Order: sequence, then structure tokens, then C-alpha cells
Amino acid sequence: MSASAAPPGIDARLLELAEELRAEGVRIGTSELLDAFAALAAVGWREREAFQGALAATLAKSPEDRRVFDLVFERFLFRAAEAAALREGVREWDAAGDRADAHRLDLDELRAQILEALASFDAARMRDLARLAVAALARDDASGSGVIGIDVQRIRRALGLHRDGQLSLGEGLGVPREALREFEAMLRRELERAKIERTETLAPSRPLGELDRALPSGPAADLAAVHRVVAQLRRRLATHGGEVRGRQRHHQIDFRRTLRASLQTGGVPIVIKPRPRRPRRPELYVLCDVSTSVTSASVFFLSVLHALHDSFRRMRSFVFIERVSEVTDVFARERAFSAVSEAIARDAGVADVSGYTDYGRVWSEFRMLVEDDLDPRANLIVLGDARTNGRDPRANDFAALAARARRTFWLNPEPRLYWNYGDSVIAAYAPHCEVFECWTTRQLEEFVKSLTTTTPS
Amino acid sequence: MDALPESVAELTDGLRAAGYLPGDSTALVAYLAVRLNKPVLVEGPAGVGKTELAKALATHLGRELVRLQCYEGLDEAKALYEWNYRKQLLRIQAEAEGAAWSEVQDDIFGEEFLLARPLLSAISAAEPVVLLIDEIDKTDQEFEAMLLELLSDFQITIPELGRIAASSQPVVVLTSNNSRELTEALKRRCLYLWLDYPALEHELAIVRLHAPELSETVARKLVEVVGMVRELDLKKPPSIAESIDWARALLLLGARDIDEATFAQTMSVIVKHRTDLEIVAARVGIALAAASP
Repeated sequence: MSASAAPPGIDARLLELAEELRAEGVRIGTSELLDAFAALAAVGWREREAFQGALAATLAKSPEDRRVFDLVFERFLFRAAEAAALREGVREWDAAGDRADAHRLDLDELRAQILEALASFDAARMRDLARLAVAALARDDASGSGVIGIDVQRIRRALGLHRDGQLSLGEGLGVPREALREFEAMLRRELERAKIERTETLAPSRPLGELDRALPSGPAADLAAVHRVVAQLRRRLATHGGEVRGRQRHHQIDFRRTLRASLQTGGVPIVIKPRPRRPRRPELYVLCDVSTSVTSASVFFLSVLHALHDSFRRMRSFVFIERVSEVTDVFARERAFSAVSEAIARDAGVADVSGYTDYGRVWSEFRMLVEDDLDPRANLIVLGDARTNGRDPRANDFAALAARARRTFWLNPEPRLYWNYGDSVIAAYAPHCEVFECWTTRQLEEFVKSLTTTTPS
Repeated sequence: MDALPESVAELTDGLRAAGYLPGDSTALVAYLAVRLNKPVLVEGPAGVGKTELAKALATHLGRELVRLQCYEGLDEAKALYEWNYRKQLLRIQAEAEGAAWSEVQDDIFGEEFLLARPLLSAISAAEPVVLLIDEIDKTDQEFEAMLLELLSDFQITIPELGRIAASSQPVVVLTSNNSRELTEALKRRCLYLWLDYPALEHELAIVRLHAPELSETVARKLVEVVGMVRELDLKKPPSIAESIDWARALLLLGARDIDEATFAQTMSVIVKHRTDLEIVAARVGIALAAASP
């Protein structure tokens, strides 16, 4: 698939596209390809919508596939165009002048224009404005975190575009969700384009991440799956890691059952029935990050928390951003998942001033809250991305906590690739706990599975 | 062959005239289905107009709609064909005593004794029809396998009679609520269309089409509120049909605006579970109360 070769016919291009789709796990057989060609013969090629639609109808046969198809199609076109641009040496940004111009842009003005474009869902304007916003806010490499996804969120925050689901009917139109999502995708593309221009190379096409391809499904759909996994987690935590030592290791005899068994042998207790050993109920302390940098994962986290509360009686849960706050009673009070997440959003009061996570402060506050209660029976689980926004991680506080608990786990919702990149300081905490990458039910399952194999520290 | 649409735009207009406002991809896929003679598999949540699409298509093409409603336990006797055994029995009894066995056998397994069920009648119809196989996900996998021959070759094999090929090519629409994964084999033979809840403007147009007397502002607000309700985590989000019902209910009540009170009175039109009602009353009620000065 060398981009520099002379452009082959459309057939070959389509086959390339099909190859890429197959690499992403879309099942495409020859019959689908034949259908695709037949479909293309029936529609005009001038319009991109029709072209894409005809291909999608014949190649992608489920909502997931359709989503992957759209992403791959987008990427395919984007890369083809960029490769051509690189070959021809076309550049959009004339280094200095343009950039200085962009800096002089009034942020409020830009914001107002973007809101207007979003409200009217004007795709072309949104694309222009996305370019401006990237120019104004992310041109210096210093301010970027290096991860495009995070840069997008930064820009969005800087522009004050909130994604809070509540469509405000009062003040005319709020920011429509779809438009905002679309706008974020445009920001992402612009950032990518800027990066390509900066480095003058086309990065090798990366396979789609799980996060990209996962359908944005309602929490209810996943809830059942999470509950199933958490029920396993409870069994594992109860039976593993706490070895019984010394005298306790010996079984105690269950007299009732032994006597009853002896009836078979004429009252002679030949078969000794031991008293079954009940695993001690584990205690659980769960800390959950609910800041904006983990927005995409927080629904998942909350559903994990919700499921944990169903399984564990002795459990205390906390949410944090800058401060930590106990939400155990919220879960005790509310049964429905939606009610819980709403209540947490309403009265946890964990954001202080900036709304950025401050892990150091969270640890010290958490220590004050629970240090006396933590005992070797307690398991500590942290759900968070370890992005401190440049603040002191205070790993020693965390270490002190971890030392008191029996086992400490850290579930990080970011792909392993991004760890310790930008402001992520997971490495500082890693020596004191067992760290897992976890943002899908499958990974949660893997985490639970690994509980049996890893030895408690 | 009757007149097939020449372009996507033509089909779009036709569907519009039949009272169905298709989205871009809907019209495109429907057009491809008609042009390429491929079955279409339409998936999506309940109440987004999957079945309506087939009906509108039939109206537009001026064809009869043959509908097969699927359910658990549906078998070929009810979907394809069945021997009319009562009639066969009568035939045998009415036969004079001495008739040879082979004659009788030839007789009673003739087309005369065949009861055509929807699938068979769809392909043996003299005029081409639109065949709607509704809620295919409700059937068992075996039934899907049985459909394969019909979908790819438009023919049905009856052991006693042999192959019955379609005398006319039907347009086949299969719908599924995605309650289970359909087999790859079935999907491979179909074009795929995912219908989702329409975007705001699109739904507004649909509501206006079906309740034209409702004022523009009320209709817009109605669609916005429905959109808001869909965002909530409900057992059953309101469908397009329910938006239309609501619009008509508001018309009957003569409502000029959707405020908190009107909403509380009429929300049972769009929300149909007790727990859902509570959630919606709490969330949307507040938003509406905040919106009105």
C-alpha cells in the first residue's frame, strides 16, 4: 500500500479499502465486494454521501461495523488526501504571520461564532472555526499534551463548550450534542493535519482503538455485564490473597453433620464432617475519579461502582476531583443507576476551584478520612487516570495508604500507550499497587481473572 | 417490469408522496435495493419507521405488500407453504375404490392442494410485490437458514413438487430490532440499513407532515422535548410514532405551548413505563419549569 505509487484504478483502491476494513475486523467476503461494485454502478459518484452510503450498505452489516466503516473510510480519504498533499508539497500554514494573526483572535468572539455555527449545524463553517480554534489554542507545541484526544478536550474546555446533556430550553438553543460531537471530530482532524504538517510525515495508519470503535451505548446496556463481572470479583477477593495460617488452618469438626452422617454406620462416626470455612467478607474501599479528563470512562466507572455496591455489603465508596467525598450513602439510598449518577453529580461537591484533578490533595484528605479504619482486611481500588495536571502526585501518601490495606488495585481508563505521557504520573503510584488498564467490560473481566494469579503484595 | 425509479431523488420524492420522509441513507439504500434486486435488512430501535418504509415503498411502487410477521416458533408450514391435508383426505375418500396408488399420489400432491403462505405467495404472484419480513430477529436460526434460498435466488424448493422459481422479482425488506445477532449468511445476502432516531430537523418535518395543523413552534418544542426524553436512560424511549401521537393529542387538547402542566398531563402518550414516567417527570419537568419564566 505505498501511497507514492501512481494512482491505480478505482477497483484497486476499493480493494485497498476493503483490506483495511478487514484488518479492523469487518468481515467482508467476495460476494460483498461484488455487491459493492454493483451498488456503485447504480449511484452517482459525484456525491460523497451517496458513494459512502452505497459502500456502507453493502460492506458494513451491523451498527458496529458501520461505525468502523465510517471511521476507516474517513481515515482512508484523509490519508489519501494528505499523502497527495505531502507529495505535491502543499502547505496551509505559512509559518509566522498566520500564527500571530491567530493569536490575536478574540476568544470570546470565536466562542460566540462557534456557538452560532453549532446551533445551526453549519458543517462548512464549523470546519473553518475548528481550524481557527486549533490555530488559536493549540499551535504551540508546548501547550499540547502530545495526545490528540486530550488536546481536543482542552480546547473544548477553553472554549467553554460544555457537554452536560441538559439541553437548556430556556435560552433559545443550547449546544446541540450531535453538533458538538461533530465539532470535536473536526478539531481532532485539524490537530492531526497540523501534526502531519509539522512532522512532514504521514504516521503509519494506526488500528482503531477500542474506544473509537465502541458504540456509544447507554449505560443500561453495559450494566448487566458489569454486574456479572463484579459478582466474580467478589468471589475472588473473598477467597484469594488471605491465606489462613497457624492453628486456624486446621478444620473444625461440625458435630451436627458428623453425627447425622454416623447414622449410616450405626452411630459410629466414621466419616468426619468438617465445619465449612466461610471466607471472611472482604472490605472494599473504592475511589473513583469523576473529573472531565475521564469523562468518557466515568459512566463505566460509576456502573462498576454501582455493581460493586450490589455485591459487597462492607464497602465504602468515594468520588474525587480536587477533593474527595464519600458517596456510600448515596448508593445505599438510591437503587437505580441513573438516580445514583445524578445524585453524585449534584451533591458530591468534589470540584473546588479549577475542576482539575489533584491527586496529592486527594490522598492526604483520604488518609485523614479513613486511615484509622483501614485494616489488613481492606482492599483498596482506585479508578482514575493519574493525570495530576502538573501537581504534586505525593506518592508517599499513597504508599502509606497502600501499606495499610491488604491489596491495592489501580484501574486506569487510558490505553497503556498513554501512560506516563503528558501529565500522567501512573509510574509514581505503580510500585505501591497493582495497575490494570480498564475501560471495557472485557478488561474488567481480565482484571478479575488476574486476581487469582497475582500474589498479594 | 413496472417503472423503476431512475434516481435516488425520484425515489425520495415518491416515498415523500407516500407519507414517508426518508433520511438520505434510507432513500439511497431503498433505491439500491430496487435497482439491484437485493433484499434489504433494516435494523434499528423500535418505532423508527422500519415497517413503514416497506409500506411506503409498496405504495410508491404501486405494488402489493405481502407481510410475514415473525415470531418465536414460526416454521415453514406457516411461512412458506403447507399441504392442505383436509382436502387431500377428502380427495382420497372421494376417489373410487380401485384407483392405483401412484395416480392418487400424483393427484394429491399437486398445486391444487398447496396452501401458499406469505413467502410462497410473494414469489409466485403474477405482479411483483413488496415482501416485508417483519422482526426477523424473533425467529430461530433454523428459520433464517430456510430463508437463504429465497433471498439469494428467489426460489423455493418443495420436495414433492420441485423448484418454484419466482415469476416476478419481489422487493424484500427484512426488519430486525436487533434483539439477537443475525447469522452472517443472512447478512451477506442483504443490503444493510441502520435506522436510528432521526435528527431534530428531520423528526420535526415528520411530525409536521402527520400533524400539519400543529403550529411550528409547538412542534419544534415537542420534538426537542422528545429528543431530551430519549437522552434519558429509559426502558422504552419514545418512538417517532409516539411523537406523532403526542402531536395529535396536543392538537385535540388545543395546547398552544408545552409547559410543565401540559407535559405532566400528556406525557403518558410518549412514556409507557411506570419507572420511566418517574424519571421523565423529574428530569424533563424541571427543565420545562426552568424554561418558563
